[in-house]
Amino acid sequence: MECSFALTGKGYVLIAADTTAARSIVKMKIDEDKIKSLGPHLLMAYSGEPGDTTQFAEYIERNIRLYQIRNLYPLRPPSAASWIRRALADSLRSRKPYSVNLLLGGYDTSNHTPSLYWIDYLGTQAEVPFACHGYGSYFALSLLDRYHDPEANLEEGLAVLRRCIDEVSKRLVVSPGKYRVKVVDKDGIREIEF
Amino acid sequence: MNTFVNRFSTNNALSVIRKAQAVVDDDEEFSDAAWGSEAGFGSLAKGVPSFSIPAVHDPTAFLRLHTDDHADPNCRIKIQHGTTTLAFRFQGGVIVAVDSRATAGSYIASGTVKKVIEINPYLLGTMAGGAADCQYWETYLGIQCRLHELRNKERISVAAASKYLSNLVYSYKGMGLSMGTMICGWDKTGPAVFYVDSDGTRLKGDLFSVGSGSTFAYGVLDQGYRWDLTDEEAQELGRRSIYAAGHRDAFSGNTCNLYHVKEDGWRFLGNYDITKMHYDGPGDVPGSAQVAYGYDVRVEGRTSSNPPAAAATA
Repeated sequence: MECSFALTGKGYVLIAADTTAARSIVKMKIDEDKIKSLGPHLLMAYSGEPGDTTQFAEYIERNIRLYQIRNLYPLRPPSAASWIRRALADSLRSRKPYSVNLLLGGYDTSNHTPSLYWIDYLGTQAEVPFACHGYGSYFALSLLDRYHDPEANLEEGLAVLRRCIDEVSKRLVVSPGKYRVKVVDKDGIREIEF
Repeated sequence: MNTFVNRFSTNNALSVIRKAQAVVDDDEEFSDAAWGSEAGFGSLAKGVPSFSIPAVHDPTAFLRLHTDDHADPNCRIKIQHGTTTLAFRFQGGVIVAVDSRATAGSYIASGTVKKVIEINPYLLGTMAGGAADCQYWETYLGIQCRLHELRNKERISVAAASKYLSNLVYSYKGMGLSMGTMICGWDKTGPAVFYVDSDGTRLKGDLFSVGSGSTFAYGVLDQGYRWDLTDEEAQELGRRSIYAAGHRDAFSGNTCNLYHVKEDGWRFLGNYDITKMHYDGPGDVPGSAQVAYGYDVRVEGRTSSNPPAAAATA
């Protein structure tokens, strides 16, 4: 089953998403990237109904880019989160809504603050210090309650993320094999070999 | 003639002996062959204990009609389901920790349930699933364990006790029993934990958690578990894991009951309020770091914001 995790630390947001694309009981692809870069300091992990996910993510990606072209400046994370939430909420009230769950992590260069937003397909939005989507949340949330530190450096943050992924691999029956991990901080977006 | 009189008289010495023998014979339900036989049934005549079932055409359907709260939320009997229980084996014995909430649907029926059943001074059973099923059958198991002790002049092993229970619930399979239990104790092989459920599954292991909150408990438990935990660390881990489940799972909570089983039997360590642990920590108890468990309380004043030194002072 699809799993994504994210957590904030001192000056960064870490996002991890599994890399399997499954249809029914079959793994169709094992190296799919489910984390999109929406700007120089904005990352979005998406999961949910196959088809809806990529369509919605690309729609968001292009519109966020359009905003940046028009205004020279990108949307800051809180505004981007609000706009994306609204896009989902409008979609929910249409004839065919997108079933997509999101984790949005960004670094606000104007006040040097990383922020993380948890958004689900119903258009629920919450700013949180750590977040998960999928069955992984049943194992990882209690673990993060225990181990997460908002002032952890990147190394410590990765150690906590490693705990989450190990725990899910250990206990979840249908656990994903590989994850892709990205970090956003003052220097921009990087992928981390995990 | 004399023998004839002896045989049917009711008041001479011989007849008294005869009566006594008859009483003894009545007590011997099993043939001598059953004693210590190689049949594998021990002292059980039929191999499986039996119990009477309701005198209706289809007892299973009858029970389902009155208890299934998925099909009919207004049914008469709602069975207690939500729970978190855990038990683990380590260098210093066995830790057993449970929550104390009983729910019937969305209603919290009680916050002071004893979910650890003290089978005997060396055996503990935990309760998840149907409260009545667990309470009744684990008490019944206690009776059978005592009888085993009297018959064999030796305490029953945890393996045997759990096997007795699993055979028993298996004989009722498909009839609506609902229980997920850990049988924990100390026998001549050392500390032991067995998971037994009403499907008939029986597993020997080092670490188990059962109930709706088990995933949340596992999250904390797995990450903190080592075989060479000290007694204090192990007790703290049990407490902290139940707190995690009580905090995240709506069907678990209220308080945590903690037990420690060692070579000389189990000991009840205490009852800890989960809300209190959230805001103030477990208090002055062995293993406690004296800090609150709650995330917001723990990280109060800490921020991920990372302004450069110049901006911070400005």
